Amino acid sequence: MGATGWGFKKSLWVFHLNAGACNNCDIEVLDCLTPRFDVERFGIKLVGSVKHADVLLVSGSVPRKVVPDMIETWEQAPKPCAVVALGSCGCTGGIFRDGYNFAGPVDKHIPVDAYIPGCPPRPEAIIGGIVKLIGTL
Amino acid sequence: MASTLSMILYFIIFPGLVFTAVAGLMTTWVDRKVSALVQWRVGPPWYQPFADILKLMGKEIVIPEGAKRTGFLVAPLAGLAAVALVSTMLWLASMRGTGFVGDLIGVIYLLTIPSLGMIIGASASGNPLASIGASREMKLILAYELPFVIAIFTAVTKVSPMTLKLDGILEYQAVNGVLLGNLSCIIAFVVAILCAQAKLTYPPFDIPEAETELMDGTHMEYSGPALAVVKVTQAMMLFTLPVFFITIFWGGLQLTGWGILYTIVKYVIIVTIIVLIKNTNPRVRIDQAVRFFWGPVTVLAVIGMILAVLGL
Repeated sequence: MGATGWGFKKSLWVFHLNAGACNNCDIEVLDCLTPRFDVERFGIKLVGSVKHADVLLVSGSVPRKVVPDMIETWEQAPKPCAVVALGSCGCTGGIFRDGYNFAGPVDKHIPVDAYIPGCPPRPEAIIGGIVKLIGTL
Repeated sequence: MASTLSMILYFIIFPGLVFTAVAGLMTTWVDRKVSALVQWRVGPPWYQPFADILKLMGKEIVIPEGAKRTGFLVAPLAGLAAVALVSTMLWLASMRGTGFVGDLIGVIYLLTIPSLGMIIGASASGNPLASIGASREMKLILAYELPFVIAIFTAVTKVSPMTLKLDGILEYQAVNGVLLGNLSCIIAFVVAILCAQAKLTYPPFDIPEAETELMDGTHMEYSGPALAVVKVTQAMMLFTLPVFFITIFWGGLQLTGWGILYTIVKYVIIVTIIVLIKNTNPRVRIDQAVRFFWGPVTVLAVIGMILAVLGL
């Protein structure tokens, strides 16, 4: 499994799941793809379908309505697949933790491998989080 | 017996499967690197496509509920085998001058198989978005196949005596200079490049895969090793089509001395043209694509054909 493990570290395809985020984290994810940061240098790219994903990037505070869809998406992702909780909402619930429709942060429903806090996290923080994630794979 | 064995080796190792896959994956790296440079990025390292494929081999295959399992998994393999066969035919025609009477018809037919494989696979996956992708792919084939065939047969018309054999076309070019020196064949070459763009489903004709609206369309439900087969097939198409154009329009592959360098230069020029068209054009709608291919492109191809008949 050595060769596939090496490939896994060098080529992370990210599927971005918006679980009730305010779109701020999502804009910062797109920033990572711009010429200034260019994560394709490390083989990271955004894919359109969860069936192609190696990393499930979940942003948002996870309202009740989203929970079944989020779990379904996680179950559809081909394993091994890592999960990253993005932003303060994804990590802890942030300012929405007392909301009437708040259904717990991401790790209450699916196993999370890395947390990237911030509101929104800077692109440098996202890249730093991904580097730490690669170290644990 | 020995010749059967050597044919199998040709198909699996040298000009066939393994060689074409490696060369094709290197070409996709060139594609990604040039795209990155066009966008002022740095781009991925050279081993990126190989890392992608190795990673996909280690992943799980998810088969969607309601999918036809056999059709879903076998269809991409048919495409892979077809492209490997085309590549073997083209290289053997250049290397050893072998060919049979129906060569060119076989090549044109086999080059359609990967698209047909994707249509079958996507339809078998039971996903509505993938089936929309399949229907668009079907319309795209109907659109580009007519000008593509006319463009290829312009070269056949130009060769005298007319022949459908690849080695016959190569012999004519070796004696009378490359076909690209004629006005009619320049027009046919332009048409063929435009059709290649659609065959590879590259922008502006990436309508079946439309990342933003169909989420990779025809490839959507594939994962793990099955997705790796799909990606390798696409990479091999990106390698095989320029080789095909070099063979029929540009004097074929020379594999001795300075000819190797000349061959690589020709190959890189065609790939760069395809990648630059890819990076400078937005996606068109399917009706615009069909109108484009049946309108201006077919007219252009017919003009090239008429010029070839007139002897230009």
